[in-house]
Amino acid sequence: MTAAGDHDVILKLEDVSKVYSGTVAVKRANFEVRKGAVNVLVGENGAGKSTLMKIIAGVEQPTLGRILLEGEEVSFSSSGDAVNRGIGMVFQELNLFGNLSVAENIFATREITNRFRKIDSREQERRAAEFLERLQAGIRPDMLVEDLRIGQQQLVEIAKAVSLDARILIMDEPTSALSAAEVEILFKVIADLKARGVAIVYISHRLEELIRIGDYITVLRDGRITGQETMKNVDTQWIVRQMIGSDAKDFAKADGHVPGEEIFRAEDICLPRVTGGLAVDHVSLSLRAGEILGIYGLMGAGRSELFDCIMGRHGHATGAIFIAGKKVKERDTTRRIRRGLALIPEDRQRDGLVSILSVASNLTLASLSRFVRLFHIGGAKENQAVTQMVRELAIKVADPAQEVSSLSGGNQQKVVIGKALLTGPKVLLMDEPSRGIDVGAKADVFRTMRKLSRDGLGILFATSDLDEVMALSDRIAVMSNGKLTGMFDRAEATEAALVAASALGHGPVPRMESHAHD
Amino acid sequence: MTDIPAKASVASASSGSVLLTLMKARTFIALIAVLIFFSIAAPNFLSAANLILMSKHVALNAFLAMGMTFVIITGGIDLSVGSIVGLCGMVAGYLVLNGIDLQVGYTIYFNVFEIALITLAVGILIGAVNGLLITRLNVAPFIATLGVLYVARGLALLSSDGRTFPNLVGKPDLGTTGFGFLGAGRLLGLPVSIWILVVVAVGAAYLAKYTPLGRHIFAVGGNERAARISGVRVNMVKMFVYMFSGFCAAVVGLIISSELMASHPATGESFELNAIAAAVLGGTSMSGGRGTIGGTIVGAFVIGILSDGLVMMGVSSFWQMVIKGLVIIVAVVVDQAQRRLQSRVTLMQMAKAG
Repeated sequence: MTAAGDHDVILKLEDVSKVYSGTVAVKRANFEVRKGAVNVLVGENGAGKSTLMKIIAGVEQPTLGRILLEGEEVSFSSSGDAVNRGIGMVFQELNLFGNLSVAENIFATREITNRFRKIDSREQERRAAEFLERLQAGIRPDMLVEDLRIGQQQLVEIAKAVSLDARILIMDEPTSALSAAEVEILFKVIADLKARGVAIVYISHRLEELIRIGDYITVLRDGRITGQETMKNVDTQWIVRQMIGSDAKDFAKADGHVPGEEIFRAEDICLPRVTGGLAVDHVSLSLRAGEILGIYGLMGAGRSELFDCIMGRHGHATGAIFIAGKKVKERDTTRRIRRGLALIPEDRQRDGLVSILSVASNLTLASLSRFVRLFHIGGAKENQAVTQMVRELAIKVADPAQEVSSLSGGNQQKVVIGKALLTGPKVLLMDEPSRGIDVGAKADVFRTMRKLSRDGLGILFATSDLDEVMALSDRIAVMSNGKLTGMFDRAEATEAALVAASALGHGPVPRMESHAHD
Repeated sequence: MTDIPAKASVASASSGSVLLTLMKARTFIALIAVLIFFSIAAPNFLSAANLILMSKHVALNAFLAMGMTFVIITGGIDLSVGSIVGLCGMVAGYLVLNGIDLQVGYTIYFNVFEIALITLAVGILIGAVNGLLITRLNVAPFIATLGVLYVARGLALLSSDGRTFPNLVGKPDLGTTGFGFLGAGRLLGLPVSIWILVVVAVGAAYLAKYTPLGRHIFAVGGNERAARISGVRVNMVKMFVYMFSGFCAAVVGLIISSELMASHPATGESFELNAIAAAVLGGTSMSGGRGTIGGTIVGAFVIGILSDGLVMMGVSSFWQMVIKGLVIIVAVVVDQAQRRLQSRVTLMQMAKAG
């Protein structure tokens, strides 16, 4: 092991692999977690960080390999097992029950009961209030979780993990939805835990954060561990080199074509939130043919919701959209697709693919009417379109009749893109198109975006990756808390300006905002 | 009969492919097994007369099971089919005997063809009610069709005050004769009901495989959200499957009352369970997205032959129920074992390759 330090190893993974249907998420990883230190884990989207952590937290079981806790081999069959052994986790996806109160969430599965096995709500709320006080979140323990802002929910999730009194605490991107002030508070809590000898595993994309609080760093790339060091021996460049390898990110160069006429315009799009307020707050934007408009924003900024409104997935959304100057009166998804809109959703498993159907059926699902004579699907015509799309997008599949779930993440994403393209769209909405796919597939996806824009499509693409939005967009829009808070030409956009704009929607003082729903 | 592959599923993954093929063909293997078993154990089992009689029995369940298959593929369930059978039989019987009284001194009598059409329309209409409850009012399919099960059965009983409409011969001067053709008629030596089954089955299989609607049915069951975003009209697809299920039930109602030349309001009780059993035995997944018409027909034959064969062997009807239940359970256990084996084989391959 290259990493050496003064801290004892508490947990060790040996040769751990994890395979999902279609993807090898982690390949023979060796990983050490040290006591009383912040063990940082970095890697690009889809590098396997979250999977590795889920294995430690008992959420997933390794396909191969073993886990040693204080030198003793263990296997966790559930997260409950791991919690019993002192391992807690703050999940990236919020694992909270929206219909329960904050206190009930914090004490879920370890409810405090009185002598008659009745839940002692008052005691729970008192103890929950203590944890919340440490996070200075301004959250009352009796509030329903679904009424909280996403950043506050993240704080509840953190409070819940802290309340476990864990020896090992895993935090998977805990700051992704937090404001700067909230991040500072979190770091204080982390320092406090560290002093008490807790081993912290910290995952984040924000390098400056990692360098500030990390003691040890491990870098993952494509499911493999590519570097392990003590933090004081490394610098940003080392991290980046380990993360992306020798082949730097291939963003496909702009070809310098000039965008044409306006092809799409959204006016005053609003989407009310169930809990009050607006998830999409009076957003207007316009897009020209052949233009790539990047929409940057943090988790919960309302990017996906905006796309949903444009596609007609929310009947109660207001505002108007225009394609090539003509107002789109159709309100349902089916007819909007016919008008030339197509969405590549953020979560391809949930919204993009019918995983038990074949690659071919998935590709043509949205465009079947193109192959139909009377009511018969022309097999030859369909096959031809499928073959052509497989070739154009370089989808690696032996036989298009294979189930789509047997493909790797990147190829699955290409199938989703192919499905959208087969409808012959004029405007393509891409929500985090590079999420959870490998470097090679990413390059393919970016190249495809370039090619499509050259062919005159208008592309709106949402991402929370700064590099990506800077490299690919002709113009950059920034969203924050449902509002459009910035619009930059590529020439004038700087990372600092984008980051600043992405926090604007929450108002200057985060503490004030937290009472907005009271 | 089907427990051999179940035991063998413990075997190592290397022999997985042979095992998988066997498991996939399990319903067909089961069909051949029951055929061989009964042709040895029950005398006269293989006689032409018996085979035709059995097919007529099987046909009734097969109709319902086809409708049920589409419903289950979309991720729903239709518990109301048995009651629709009863109610449609009563509608047909009522029309043959009484016609429709216009309340102005005239009564309209329909000929048999028109009666059949009206009855089918009633079945489709009840299916549409199911569909509307599920798509527009967001009632869970189980509850919506359970409610309709009671309502339709109640209406069937009300239509005659619980009595049977007997002797549906009809009167030549009213043009209502010939109702018995569906149940007793023959074309080219085969019963009419078998011909209808062939036509509907071929049509349904074609629909599933070669039309956009069929593709959409599978997509809705596989991932409703993704289907919606891909522009599939999910509500229309659901309306269709429940209406088709109602149509199939109406056909069965017509055939049964034609065979008996009488309509009894309790006809079709618990038919829905047989239909579900046949669909599941034929490989339809209760979680939606998977299933074939061919598999369902084979499943209906396995269940039908099993019960008729056991009757011929003189096995008590109580034991028949036990055996039928066990067969269904074994079928689903094997189905699950196959899924697990399949995913484990691919995962291990990928882990080694990666």
